[in-house]
Amino acid sequence: METFLQQIVNGLVVGSIYALVALGYTMVYGILGLINFAHGDVVMVGALVALQAILFAQKTWPSLGPLATLGIGLVVAVPVCMLLGYAMERVAYRRLRNAPRLAPLITAIGMSFLLQTLAMIIWGRTYHSFPQLISSTPLQPVQGVFITPVQIAILCVSAILMVALIVLVNRTRLGRAMRATAENHRIASLMGVDINAIIATTFVIGSGLAAVAGVMFSSNYGIAHYSMGYMPGLKAFTAAVLGGIGNLGGAVLGGILLGLVEAIGAGYIEQWSFGFLNSSYQDIFAFVILGAVLIFKPTGLLGERVADRA
Amino acid sequence: MNELVRAIPYLGSRYPKSTRWILIALIAVAPLVTALFGNTWVRILDFALLYVMLAIGLNLVVGFAGLLDLGYIAFYAVGAYTWAFLASPHFGVHWPFWIVLPLGAAFAAFAGILLGFPVLRLRGDYLAIVTLGFGEIVRIFMNNLNYPVNITNGPQGINSLDPLRIFGWDLSRNIRIGDDFVINSLWLYYYAFLLFVIASVVLIQRLQVSRIGRAWAAIRDDELAAKAVGIDVRNMKLMAFAMGATFGGVAGGLFGAFQGFVSPESFSLMESIAVLTMVVFGGMGNLAGVIVGALALSILPEVMRSVAIPMQQALFGSVLLDPEVMRMLLLALAMIFMMLLRPAGLLPPHSRYSKPSLVLDKRGTEASE
Repeated sequence: METFLQQIVNGLVVGSIYALVALGYTMVYGILGLINFAHGDVVMVGALVALQAILFAQKTWPSLGPLATLGIGLVVAVPVCMLLGYAMERVAYRRLRNAPRLAPLITAIGMSFLLQTLAMIIWGRTYHSFPQLISSTPLQPVQGVFITPVQIAILCVSAILMVALIVLVNRTRLGRAMRATAENHRIASLMGVDINAIIATTFVIGSGLAAVAGVMFSSNYGIAHYSMGYMPGLKAFTAAVLGGIGNLGGAVLGGILLGLVEAIGAGYIEQWSFGFLNSSYQDIFAFVILGAVLIFKPTGLLGERVADRA
Repeated sequence: MNELVRAIPYLGSRYPKSTRWILIALIAVAPLVTALFGNTWVRILDFALLYVMLAIGLNLVVGFAGLLDLGYIAFYAVGAYTWAFLASPHFGVHWPFWIVLPLGAAFAAFAGILLGFPVLRLRGDYLAIVTLGFGEIVRIFMNNLNYPVNITNGPQGINSLDPLRIFGWDLSRNIRIGDDFVINSLWLYYYAFLLFVIASVVLIQRLQVSRIGRAWAAIRDDELAAKAVGIDVRNMKLMAFAMGATFGGVAGGLFGAFQGFVSPESFSLMESIAVLTMVVFGGMGNLAGVIVGALALSILPEVMRSVAIPMQQALFGSVLLDPEVMRMLLLALAMIFMMLLRPAGLLPPHSRYSKPSLVLDKRGTEASE
């Protein structure tokens, strides 16, 4: 029972990070019908830029409190990633908006590798340790179940951001324009929506969320690495599909569900498979879920669109 | 072959016959010429031929049938590991190549069908992601199946695989003629691989104009219409997966025999993407283009390695970009710029088999708005 509760806590934390990244995927997919393969690598860039900023801040203003230092990291990383998201859309995707379907996807894969390579050139291949600015000494709210302040912070921040995004999309003028664009580009533009600006904004918002997610991910695991964005990116995509791609609430639900399934699965897989499989197979869950959802319920849990909307 | 000849600027269109012979002669003496620069270059040629084989196999799936497969390297892995299991001291089994290689191909084809079944209904980007997941699953299993029963030997991989042995003739040994003339084993492998590549090319060329090939093109261009004219879409797609995988499996077996060592590291997503880039760069759906793409993108990084490193050392006094980084950079840029500037590839497919604009899964009217 304690293992179970513990894995639920871990799953919720990881799941909320997935959910933040999944929101970026799902927004872009909803509007462009494009899987932005490079989104996971934006997460990585966010984490590494924040790391750089934090190290700089620690050296220059050593008297600053840990929270302020982390704040500086975020304040630097988020705009950098937003700029990166904008640049990607402008350079690589805008020209291909009406191209055949596979073209932007292949470009996105290329983008992902380009970002990884550039990160490898800038930050090298080593695993950088990410400073633990929020205490990671575990608290014990219930006997046998541990949660660290970092994890609590992750849960709170991601909840706030998700609510903010959902309010933005459903309640504001900008959000209405985004939904209209997702519905139908041409008619939205006839109604006076500046399609290019809206699509660019979508990329910018998604990349900003990805940067925050990157900082959270690195804070939680204490490392940053040039290829750290690949797996979370893939899993976040799975989460987006699981929830119903194009649906914001679905992305959140999918992310948290995936986090839970993964954590619980990793905790029990050895027991279930009679010791044949162990927790190093954890990554398989995401792919199995992805395959199963696409085959049996391609619209996802909350989605309405059909999978092969080609 | 004709397409390859025509692809050579100027000469090819002016003097097709003589260009053809020049090309054949070039292919025949390539290892002898490159050996002048050192045998490492022959080795690079050998690997380039393996990449050609992978690329034409993937082209069958992506270019002909229009199914974007990002997990193609898994089939390569299946072939290589089959060789490792059945022809190495790992299990103490040493079967001859004419049993192991077909078995590897068969396993790969089976894996292709296994992958094909669940993804039949998926199209475009979803298919890409699921196949990518499949490739990752295969890699995770290769990495972890050393416990509790040691099957794949985990991340360390399997060592000292048997070389290619044809009727007791070991290709990994140099042949000595007289006192000072040595036929290097790398040359032998070159010709052996060349035979396999030629056989594959001939096979695929026949396949492309056959009923099956035309059915694939029809499915790629318009699945609904293909179904309407009575094409069995399901079986044809499965066949594309299986056939594509077969070439991957054979190439994998040859890779194992040539390298003498397999480990999960050789079968990462990076390699899948590299092969896909070769196909995209050369021209999806065009055999000649894909061959050129594979040769270019497997030899170019090596040329860069030998040129750029001394250059960096001279310019900056240290190596800033190591060869692996340069290779990734090259592949990534090739992919992005090719899609932006020349989406049909270096040599776009012949219009007799397809409209270039349709090779990529065309968007429906609704989505393009």
